[in-house]
Amino acid sequence: METLFNNLDLFALGFQNTLLLFAVSAVFALGIGIVVGAMRVSPVPVMRAFGTLYVNLVRNTPLTLLMFFFAFGYPKLHLLKLPYTTLAIIALSIYTATYVAEVLRSGFNTVPTGQAEAARAIGLPFVQTMTLVIMPQAFRAVIPPMMSVFIALLKNTTVAAGFSVAEAGAIRANLSERGEPAILVLLWVALFFVILVGVLSVLQRYLERRWRVLR
Amino acid sequence: MRKRMTLLAVIAASALALTGCAGPNPAGDGASDSASKSPFTVATDVSLTGSPTFDAMTKRGTVKVGVKEDQPGLGYLDAATGERSGFDIEIAKWIAASLGFSADKITFEAIPSANRESAIVNGDIDFYVGTYSINDKRKEQVGFAGPYFVTGQGLLVAAGDKKITSEKDLAGTTVCSATGSTPIQNIKANFPDTKTTEFDTYSQCVEALKDGSVNAVTTDAAILIGYAAQDPDNLKVVGKPFTVEKYGVGMPKSDDALRTFTNDMFTKGGDTWTAIYNETLGKSGTKVEQPKVEAY
Repeated sequence: METLFNNLDLFALGFQNTLLLFAVSAVFALGIGIVVGAMRVSPVPVMRAFGTLYVNLVRNTPLTLLMFFFAFGYPKLHLLKLPYTTLAIIALSIYTATYVAEVLRSGFNTVPTGQAEAARAIGLPFVQTMTLVIMPQAFRAVIPPMMSVFIALLKNTTVAAGFSVAEAGAIRANLSERGEPAILVLLWVALFFVILVGVLSVLQRYLERRWRVLR
Repeated sequence: MRKRMTLLAVIAASALALTGCAGPNPAGDGASDSASKSPFTVATDVSLTGSPTFDAMTKRGTVKVGVKEDQPGLGYLDAATGERSGFDIEIAKWIAASLGFSADKITFEAIPSANRESAIVNGDIDFYVGTYSINDKRKEQVGFAGPYFVTGQGLLVAAGDKKITSEKDLAGTTVCSATGSTPIQNIKANFPDTKTTEFDTYSQCVEALKDGSVNAVTTDAAILIGYAAQDPDNLKVVGKPFTVEKYGVGMPKSDDALRTFTNDMFTKGGDTWTAIYNETLGKSGTKVEQPKVEAY
C-alpha cells in the first residue's frame, strides 16, 4: 500500500497518459480500420491491392519496430517536429488499424452475399451498401474479437514507455530508481490494468446485448 | 522456378544489406589488450566463511557478475568482437580474482538499471558492478561494498553548442536520459523550465542528441565522458558535476562477509585501483583519487 500511496503522483500521471494513448489511438485505429476494411472488399482492384499491402506490411511488423521508426527514424527526416506522444499514437493507430480491418472483414463475410447483391439491385452505391446494409450487421458479429483488439491496444500502449512517453509502463523504471521493490510496483500496475480491461469487458457485454437481434 | 530464385536472391541481398548497418564500433577497446599485464593476480586457496554468495560461486565454479554494456569506458560490450571493456568490468574481474576466480570463470550478464535490485535479490547474479549509486533507499534491498568511484550528474551536449555551458543554462532546452533514472527525476523536480525526453538506454539519448531532437544528455559525468571520448568531433561534456553519486558494488543484503571482504580489498588495493583507472577511464586525461571506502 505504501508503495502506491507514496508515489500516487507517478501512478496518476502514468495511467492518465496510458488512457490518453489508448483513447486517441482507439479512435484513429477504428477510423483507419473501417476505411481499410472496406477497401479490402471494394470492387476497385487498386483499392483492394492497397488495403492488402497495408495490412500485410504493417501487421507483419513488431510494434516495437514501428515505435522505433517513429521515435528515432522520423526525426532524422527533419519534417514537422512532433512530440513523442503524438508519434506513439501514430504508431499505435496504424498498427492496431490492421487488426481492426481484418476483424471487420471477417464480419463482412458473415453477411450473405445475397444482401450485397440485393442492395446493389435496388440501386445503392458501394458506400451506402456498406454503411446501410453490411456494416450494421458486421459490427454485431465482430464485437468480441473487436474488443480483444482494443484490449490488446490498451496493453500495447506500455511499449511507448521506452520511447519517451511517461505512461504506465514507465512507472516501474521510475520507482525502482526511487528504491521501491519492483515486484510490488508491477503488481500494482497489473492490478490497474486488470481493472481497465474489466471495464472494456463490461462495455463488450453491454454492446453485445444492445445490438443483439433474434434470428 | 526462376521467379522463386529471383525472390530468394532479393531476400538474401536485403539481409546482407541489413546486417551491414550494424558495423563495428571503433571505440571502447581501451582495456582489451590489458590481459597480459593485469594489475592483479588470481588468488588461490581463498576461504570466506559465512558468505552464502561465495559458497554458491565455489559450488558452481563460476562467478555471475551483473554489468552494463552500453557505457564506453565503464562497462562496454563491443558488438563486433564480443569483448567487454571498461573500468567497471576490470573492477569486477579484480573482485573475482581476489575470490580465486580467473577471468574465464566469469559469466557477465547485462542487467539494465531498473532490474538491478531484483536480479540481486533473486540471486540471478552474485554481485553487480555497473555505475550503481549507493543510496539509503537501495540499502534496504541490497548491500553495497565501496564506494569505488565518485562522480556526479553532468551534461553532454553537441560539440558546436555554445549556449549550454552548465546546468544553469538548461531553461527552455530539452534534456534526455534513461527512462525514470535519478538524473531525469532530478531535472523534472529541480529544473521545471526544462523539457525532458526519456529512452531505455543512454545510447539512444546520444543518438537523439546527434540528430538534434534533444539539446543535452544528462547522467553521471563518468558515463558521459565515455561517450564524448568515443565521438569527440560531435560531443562534449560541459560544466561541473552538480550532484554526488558514489558507485558501489551491489550484492545480497545479508552477505556481510562478502561485503567486508570487498571493502578490505578496495582499502588495501590502492595501487591496483590506480592501475585499473589509468588503463580505462584515466585514458581521457582526467586524474582522480580513489574514494575512501565507507563500510557500514
